[in-house]
Amino acid sequence: MAGFLLRRTANCILLITVATSLAYLLAATALDPRSNYEGRNPRPPAAVVEAQLSRLNLNDRAPLSERYLTWAGGVLRGDFGRTWNGDRVGADLARRAGVTLRLVLLGVVLGSVAGVLAGAAAAVGQYGWFDRLSTACAFLVLAIPTVVLAHMLVIGAVWLNDLLGVQVFLVSGEATPGLADGVGAGLLDRAKHLVLPTISLALGQIAVYSRYQRNMMLDVLDADFVRTAMAKGLRRRTALVRHALRTSLIPAVTYFAFTFGSLLVGATITESVFGWHGMGEKLIASIRSNDVNTVAAISCFAALAVMLASLASDVLHAVLDPRVRVG
Amino acid sequence: MAAPPREELAETMAGARHTRVPSRSRLVARRFLRTGQGRVGFALLASLFLLAFLGPRAAPWSATDLDFTAFLQPPSASHWFGTLQTGTDVFAVTMSGARRSLLVGLLVAVLSTAFAAVAGSFAGYFLGWTDRTLMWVTDLLLVLPAFLILAVMSPLFTAGRWLLFVAMLAAFLWMVTSKIVRGMTRSIREREYIQAARFMGVAPPTIIFRHVLPNLASLLVVDATLNVSAAILTETSLSYFGFGIQPPDVSLGGLIADGSATALYAPWTFWFAAGVLIVMILAVNLAGDALRDAFDPDAGRAG
Repeated sequence: MAGFLLRRTANCILLITVATSLAYLLAATALDPRSNYEGRNPRPPAAVVEAQLSRLNLNDRAPLSERYLTWAGGVLRGDFGRTWNGDRVGADLARRAGVTLRLVLLGVVLGSVAGVLAGAAAAVGQYGWFDRLSTACAFLVLAIPTVVLAHMLVIGAVWLNDLLGVQVFLVSGEATPGLADGVGAGLLDRAKHLVLPTISLALGQIAVYSRYQRNMMLDVLDADFVRTAMAKGLRRRTALVRHALRTSLIPAVTYFAFTFGSLLVGATITESVFGWHGMGEKLIASIRSNDVNTVAAISCFAALAVMLASLASDVLHAVLDPRVRVG
Repeated sequence: MAAPPREELAETMAGARHTRVPSRSRLVARRFLRTGQGRVGFALLASLFLLAFLGPRAAPWSATDLDFTAFLQPPSASHWFGTLQTGTDVFAVTMSGARRSLLVGLLVAVLSTAFAAVAGSFAGYFLGWTDRTLMWVTDLLLVLPAFLILAVMSPLFTAGRWLLFVAMLAAFLWMVTSKIVRGMTRSIREREYIQAARFMGVAPPTIIFRHVLPNLASLLVVDATLNVSAAILTETSLSYFGFGIQPPDVSLGGLIADGSATALYAPWTFWFAAGVLIVMILAVNLAGDALRDAFDPDAGRAG
């Protein structure tokens, strides 16, 4: 067992290293930080640009292998280098990871819980009105791309605010800057900002989870152990919740770990539309501003998140399903 | 599976002489079209194709025309979906984008499913080092952030090289399916008919293409259908940020990005492109779901 874990961890580290290196090499080849300086007005002297680029390890005239080694040496010491205008990459990204976490956490938790409940309810009343309704809704929601959904929410919120004459929903940013009316008002303000992005994240999740959970629950409902539980005299509701739902939760839980990991960098559209300055937004900004080191650092973070998520989903699977531990 | 009793077998054979036994594809097609989902999905897809490829011929404006007498005008008899700020006809440009999205979706789906089938079946059939290498590459691609890599590579997709974009998009969509194909191949390779073929000296690639992959056809067809919507969605979000299909080609994602800025006071710039996209994905998903049921031998409905 220890050998297996060790081999698996080593493979994870290898995968992250290769993925990050590939991302760095690709970014260093394809992006052009020099154009950021040359596009400035007045144009800085060539020698200054050259010196600045070399100092930041971004000079495209230095050989790629040399730049890569300098960068890799820094990463090994925990230093992801500097952005094209000289700020530290690591500090900025750490702050942004916090923003993304605050944005994603509620949406993912809400989406998974609501989706699982909806799916289980639909399976219990198969072909009933709720089953049909939730299936139709899931199909509709899955057909709406996040881009469109987010903009639809913004349009709807602006319309509602106009109609009521009060700012019920706020559609830009994490909090109103310069608000100093005590803790209560601050929290309310944050909640107003959080509602729409959370809905835009949660709706899609609810649709996916409800489809998954419905199928899993249908498989379990006919199982012998559920019938046995009811034959022993358990009420139907107790049997369904304690025995059927608990067993059929396993795939949903492992899927939860996976989505959570990928959304830490993948909430790009939600962050951009609602103006949250998180990881996903930085990803777009760093590519637009030819910021090689930031692109590489975000890739490293994304790879790490996916790896940890898949590790977590395996561990959760083993915890929930004793058969995995024995086998 | 036990052989049917002799009389029954004779009866089936006698019956077969009178009525033609429907082929598998015909059976699947019939079961597909029997469900409401299948019919709606198929009808929506067919009408989208007709609209996207033939609609522009009937319309008075083309996607590159600019009408300097109508800037940001609501829908009218001359401009069916209204015009943009530049005087571009929204109907023409939306249909052009829909055409591009449909093509990208179909090509990416076919490419990525084909690749998944080959990689997965080779890994599952040969096992050993082939398996380990292929699965390691699969894991690596799963770990690489696809959105970021495609976005960084976007300058390469300019000047009409959208086929390169299609290939790159396909390269990031095949991994999960190939893992499923690998697992199924591992169980199929132990079957008697595969062993028989192997002992007769049939070359492994022939066995894979003639005996293994046809057995996975239902999975692959359904997967390809669902990949169409996945590809269209990824293309849309990349194009939304300007990293996908590059000008002069237009795509629905780019149109939605431009339209969202003017959506509040000129709704037609946003809703037509968004609506076409939603209908497209809905149609593909409905068709994929109906296809899965049609292929499923346990669905309980014969013929």
